[in-house]
Amino acid sequence: MRHIISMLLENEPGALSRVAGLFSARAYNIESLSVAPTEDASASRMTLVTSGSDEIIEQITKQLHKLIDVVKLLDITGDAHVEREIMLVKVRVAGSAREEVKRIADIFRGRILDVTQSTYIIEVTGDGAKLDAFIGALDHKSILEVVRSGALAIVRGERGLRL
Amino acid sequence: MQFLKDEGVEYIFGYPGGAVLHIYDEIYSQDDVKHILVRHEQGATHMADGYARATGKPGVVLVTSGPGATNAVTGIATAHMDSVPMVVITGQVPTHAIGSDAFQEVDCVGITRPCVKHNFLVKDVHDLAETLKKAFYVATTGRPGPVVVDIPKDVTAPNVRIPYEYPASVTMRSYNPVVRGHPRQMKKALDLILSAKRPMIYTGGGVVLDNASDELVRFTRTLGYPITNTLMGLGAYPGTDPQFVGMLGMHGTYEANMAMHNCDVLIGIGARFDDRVVGEVSKFCPHARIVHIDIDPASISKTVKVQVPIVGSVLNVLREINGMLEGTNRRPDAQALSEWWDRINRWKSVDCLSYDHSDTLIKPQSVLQKLHEVTGGDAYVTSDVGQHQMWAAQFYPFDKPRRWINSGGLGTMGFGLPAALGVQLAYPDAQVACVTGEGSIIMCIQELSTAKQYDLPIKVINLNNRYLGMVRQWQEFMYENRESHSYLDSLPDFAALAESFGHVGMKIENPGDVDGALREAFAMKDRLVFMDFITDPAENVYPMMMAGKGQNEMVLSAHSRQRELA
Repeated sequence: MRHIISMLLENEPGALSRVAGLFSARAYNIESLSVAPTEDASASRMTLVTSGSDEIIEQITKQLHKLIDVVKLLDITGDAHVEREIMLVKVRVAGSAREEVKRIADIFRGRILDVTQSTYIIEVTGDGAKLDAFIGALDHKSILEVVRSGALAIVRGERGLRL
Repeated sequence: MQFLKDEGVEYIFGYPGGAVLHIYDEIYSQDDVKHILVRHEQGATHMADGYARATGKPGVVLVTSGPGATNAVTGIATAHMDSVPMVVITGQVPTHAIGSDAFQEVDCVGITRPCVKHNFLVKDVHDLAETLKKAFYVATTGRPGPVVVDIPKDVTAPNVRIPYEYPASVTMRSYNPVVRGHPRQMKKALDLILSAKRPMIYTGGGVVLDNASDELVRFTRTLGYPITNTLMGLGAYPGTDPQFVGMLGMHGTYEANMAMHNCDVLIGIGARFDDRVVGEVSKFCPHARIVHIDIDPASISKTVKVQVPIVGSVLNVLREINGMLEGTNRRPDAQALSEWWDRINRWKSVDCLSYDHSDTLIKPQSVLQKLHEVTGGDAYVTSDVGQHQMWAAQFYPFDKPRRWINSGGLGTMGFGLPAALGVQLAYPDAQVACVTGEGSIIMCIQELSTAKQYDLPIKVINLNNRYLGMVRQWQEFMYENRESHSYLDSLPDFAALAESFGHVGMKIENPGDVDGALREAFAMKDRLVFMDFITDPAENVYPMMMAGKGQNEMVLSAHSRQRELA
């Protein structure tokens, strides 16, 4: 089953590679991983999406906890949460396709960030399935580049992950 | 150096080189911390490791950058697998040169990351004392382990002088190991433990590491339950005590493994359900509900699902449970326990460690039995890895913890000799024996030179069968006897080799000479004696739990194996 694990890490060089190294050393899956500093410069917030049986997920959370650089950890899969991913897509657009692509982007509430004579860069935000659907709606041959942030997630309400 | 002295470090095991020359210059001008010059950095880590295992204090290593650090990696990984507290200081090229492929540069933090408890790169001298303090704190608390501190050369430059103050305490918001067991879990555990009809206590290295032997003995004797130890846990419970049913696992005793298989309540303490213990997971303890006490939450339900987990220091939890036991009138079902012991005694009567004696060939098992006799069962015994290691575990019962020192987790050949030297340094008057084989000993043989320099009178018991015995045994059992590269040709004359290092060498070829040689060697209290026992090359380690089998499916002896094959 897919799990979203949120972590606060010490903002130290090497903290990211400790997490990544743990996953490769113990043959766990990483679906996506995103990390950046928080409002407190001493900590980074990581959102990691993985999958596995209940036993494997239990081991993953325990092993992550064991890393000295991991300050706090929460598997938010079971909590009510908001999940978002941002995607930038560069597509080749010419002639009537320019209108068509713009319409599709509107349907997905995407924004066109850059326009040239032959290309658009479109920003789409949503959960992973929505982004997949947007890519599916485009003419596959027209897609030049896709950049995705990986999932970001936060628990609704009072509960959450704070220092 | 001032920090190491303040931290109470007695010995530092090291080897100099460019990146640590500033530190070595400081070592030169003090004598509070004694430096032991090894002959190879792997030796330094194993010596520090042996010292740490025997004393419970952290072992300290100092090596240079690049090859100094990479040579230390095997010893760091060895300590990591067996949770040994160790602080390894590695030199690094100056901060401005990091990443430039400088001479003797290697990404030490990167290379050691998967085999340390934690590691640090110190980029600013102002952080040095605090980082070292954290390193010792992390290495010695919780589940212990090695910590590497990588120090670039400019950080130790003598022209940079800063005010030094020993950091008396350390707090880390991201590291707070749980030490107290959860009261409700302990109560649940006690209920289950007392309800057992066929109980079994299974303990590992965690009991030794946490100095919890006395509490374990109290617990076990109060209940009257059978107890087995893992390879790492030997000595935590007296090996000659009637409640002790021997080691368990791949080469454990028949009675220990059968009792494991048939028990209804298993009490795992400071053990990690390693594959060499469990065998085939799906066949493991099919009737048992399991209590597991461990300091490391990640060890719980890792391979085997347990019903009552207790996270906490083994010492604290056992003490609490013992208190609860003594405060209640409830006692186990005496009738059921007595029937259970009857069954165990029937398994015991199989005498699974018996072996064929010989008048012409030295049986390795007999050497270890003699060693036990000659040393009064009171020696510190280190070992390398292979058949001799298993025989030592089977035939030298340990009555005290920290006496049996071997590389159980990583299985590092070459460990035994340097580890024995570390033990002898810690306890200069103790009898220290290194049980080894001709394959293992040669992997770190250079440390015989270190032994000479510091006059460390260990006794080397080389069980020389001219084979990588355990490899040959597996080839015999699983590869139709194809002895691919397990025969060691062109071996040196070990006795002469030892003599050339300035020690006493003996070669023993007849069974009748074993006793005399051992007595003569141990009588030489101030000399290192290297005893090269030429043993039966065909001898195998029995009993054996083969791959994919359960604990109730052991091969007992050569004879039963022959019958099975026929």
